[in-house]
Amino acid sequence: MSTLTNVPKDVEALLDKWSAASRRDFLKTSGMLVVSFSAAAIVSPIVTAAGASASAPDGPGPYPDPDFRQLDSWIVIHEDNTATFFVGKTDLGQGTGTAFRQLMADELDMAFEKTTVRMGSTDNTVDQGGSGGSDAIQVDGWPMRRAAAEARRVLLEMAAVRFSVPVDQLTVSNAVISVKSEPSKKISYGELIGGKRFNVALTGANVDATTGRAPVKTTQELRIVGQSPQRFDIPPKVDGSLTWAVDVKLPGMVHARNVKPPVAGAKLVAIDESSVRGTPGFVKVVSKGNYVAVVCEREEQAIAAAKRLKVSWEKPAQPPFPTSEDLFGYLRNATPTSSGRPVVVGEPDAAFSGAAKRIEAEYEVPFQGHQALGPAHALADPSNDQMTIYSNDMKSYGLRNGVAQFLQMPRDRVRVIWMDGPQGYGRTAADDAGFEAAFLAKEIGRPVRVQWMRDEETAWDTKGPAFTFRLRGGLSADGRLVALDYDARSADYGHVGYNEPDTVLIAQLTGSRRATPASGSAAAPSDMYVVPNRRTALNVVSLPLVWESPLRTGNLRDPNGPQVTFAAESFVDELAAAANADPVEFRLNLLTAATSDDNGFRRARSIAVIKAVTEAYGWDRRRSPAPRAGGDVLTGRGIAYSFRNQTVVAEIAEVEVNRRTGRVWVKRLVCAHDCGLVVNPEALRRTIEGAMLHAVSRALHEEIKFDRERVTSVNWASYPTLTHADAPEKIDVVLVNGDPNPRRPDLPHYGAGEASCKPMIAAVANAIYDATGVRIRRVPFRPDRVLAALKALGA
Amino acid sequence: MSQVTLRVNGKSHTLDIDPSTPLLYILRNDLDLHGPRFGCGLGQCGACTVIINGAATKSCVTPVAAVKGEITTLEGLAKDGVLHPVQQAWIEEQVPQCGFCQNGQILTAKVLLDRNPHPTDAQIRDGMAGVLCRCMTYYRIQAAIKRAASMKDVRA
Repeated sequence: MSTLTNVPKDVEALLDKWSAASRRDFLKTSGMLVVSFSAAAIVSPIVTAAGASASAPDGPGPYPDPDFRQLDSWIVIHEDNTATFFVGKTDLGQGTGTAFRQLMADELDMAFEKTTVRMGSTDNTVDQGGSGGSDAIQVDGWPMRRAAAEARRVLLEMAAVRFSVPVDQLTVSNAVISVKSEPSKKISYGELIGGKRFNVALTGANVDATTGRAPVKTTQELRIVGQSPQRFDIPPKVDGSLTWAVDVKLPGMVHARNVKPPVAGAKLVAIDESSVRGTPGFVKVVSKGNYVAVVCEREEQAIAAAKRLKVSWEKPAQPPFPTSEDLFGYLRNATPTSSGRPVVVGEPDAAFSGAAKRIEAEYEVPFQGHQALGPAHALADPSNDQMTIYSNDMKSYGLRNGVAQFLQMPRDRVRVIWMDGPQGYGRTAADDAGFEAAFLAKEIGRPVRVQWMRDEETAWDTKGPAFTFRLRGGLSADGRLVALDYDARSADYGHVGYNEPDTVLIAQLTGSRRATPASGSAAAPSDMYVVPNRRTALNVVSLPLVWESPLRTGNLRDPNGPQVTFAAESFVDELAAAANADPVEFRLNLLTAATSDDNGFRRARSIAVIKAVTEAYGWDRRRSPAPRAGGDVLTGRGIAYSFRNQTVVAEIAEVEVNRRTGRVWVKRLVCAHDCGLVVNPEALRRTIEGAMLHAVSRALHEEIKFDRERVTSVNWASYPTLTHADAPEKIDVVLVNGDPNPRRPDLPHYGAGEASCKPMIAAVANAIYDATGVRIRRVPFRPDRVLAALKALGA
Repeated sequence: MSQVTLRVNGKSHTLDIDPSTPLLYILRNDLDLHGPRFGCGLGQCGACTVIINGAATKSCVTPVAAVKGEITTLEGLAKDGVLHPVQQAWIEEQVPQCGFCQNGQILTAKVLLDRNPHPTDAQIRDGMAGVLCRCMTYYRIQAAIKRAASMKDVRA
């Protein structure tokens, strides 16, 4: 039974009976047994109704947030002694949903198989912000664990009343509570509370701080955490039964395609609607400012009509960009838009003048794109004066908030139903498509499904910022690093945030953008090296065109990390070579040097991963480059390491470089990864493998090209990436728990997902140097550049 | 518009459609078969792959009028509720990340193994080259193909 209108059957089935309307009804309807019990036996204050339901009338909407301070918002126990967990996160394919079930099932003392999880739909799960920053396990896992622990505590209290024994006389096994001295006296969670509300209030200043009264288990007590149950989302992705956001159909739905300005910064002059009127299925051309979309009954009709529509545009007076070939010169010569005060440790100038050897190098990283395999899409339903958006946006709550502001609708009249989608490694155009679908649905008054075409996605999706770096290092006569100067320039001015109603692309094009762009950022290296004299300068440079530009920057998997670490860890290798030292030994010396700072813990974990990765690889200590072998194929190995938040990673790449063709093949990868307590080792290994190869793709292939008017990378031919041909022969992942106290291996669960992207580009560059003696300082390491560098060196 | 009959996953469907329409949209929007997905519309990525007469075919650039023969989509790969060995290997290796491309990976691997039940590493790389994965699961896909090749009935 459902009171929702227009939610298609397959979606309802997907969301199951504990979702949407029935869940709201559940949250609204008190389970009398529990209420009376709660009043009698549970000391915690009782809230009369879960926030989600207090004002909910019959029928669809409004859609207020479920109250995170209500246990019922997080956990429902069913009569068949199973549980459904409701969490405000989204799983982008790294298996976090499976990990959430493990974390909560463990605290609840229920078998993993007896649990399910619902994620990220705004009217149905508490607002934990969706995904971002690889913090799902590190941050959001804690309120989930505490809620599950509280549910277990409450159930024990209920059983204590039932059996008239104190709680400490009870024991729990697989969601069945029994009396220790009389094991035949037992009752399941389902028998105690199945289908009824806990009606237990939780506390906490914000959702991350949500807690009950029960403590969580110690690491040593955890049983399900640390195992590798298979990811529940994989079978339906493999047999074709999963309904993705891209699959949803609604009665009366129409299809839209955008018509983007042909050159950046162009102004709309006129639309000749007669060019499409009367074509099959034509519904409407919608335009506002420089935003244009064509709406048709069928998808292929919308695609054809968008191509056919005649639009006149006026080019900007000045071409808006340097070309991609001129980009780095432009970045170096431009006056920075913002420059932070350099962070200075010691006396770098004096140390440089006293150094026995000084080296200097510049590095360049181009714009690189998300390029989701499926272009941005969303479906918006404007029925009943509200807006329901079916989207794979990883921050579904932000999309809900942003669309409500953009369309000036009350927030509780907008909801986002989160569903699986293609690759969401940061701020993708899924945000933009969600706003566009909602805008068009409001204009048309019918459900509108919008999907970007490939050229739009490749050209107009947000980009990871381009960078230039200048590094200088000073070595003492005995090869110690005594001074380091790091200067980064990032093309990140006007950085686009998540789901902001005044920076999302349609807001820019329709003229409702904010006045002042975001200042953007550069970033400093994350290493823990002890360098007595160090200067770190961070600058941001604006491109000539900031708004309505396809060269807009937004978070791409570990937003500045791969760029920064490429420069920093390449330069450490250059220093090691200048010092005639083995690259690992040089790094370890920098991590074990005497210092009075308080980074010992992070340094110990750095050393642990570097040692683990070199051991797993079988690293023989020698200086780079490797002794030259004969033949066309040269082999080398390179190392790099970095932190991301609390997670530390060291990686070794082994490459083959073909001296005749310039092709680089990353043949073997080894990663030592310390993210503290690991929830699901096998799922984590897959995530690390993918993240490393994503960075290998950025190292070898990826570069957004543009001329002075437009982005010319528009598909997979003009934006090549890693393919099957490039897959390594072997990948080894070593999961390290580098707590310096070996008798206390109880680090909490930190984040993963982005950390292993970070050092990889540098590891590949260092391996190319080891193989060839050629230092490649510009990403990507395409065959033509490698060949040119080899020629220049006479190699 | 004209009457077109398509045979998909063992069933016949007669539709009144524009025969120049790419097969992808007919499968997805008229026949509710969502295994094939739009990725590029250019035949570059393989997300839209279906099997036609035993060949991996990119449905986004295949007009319905050009289809002659039986179409198999991801939904039609399992037989009598039993997953194809390639699908089973995919689960055992826990291949997908987001999974959006895996339709094309699985069907292309199936065709590869039908033609060559014991491919070398080089033949796998070559045979799979036209199917892109943006989560970069290539290493696991190749492991799963080798796993499937070692199973009985891989040519089912």
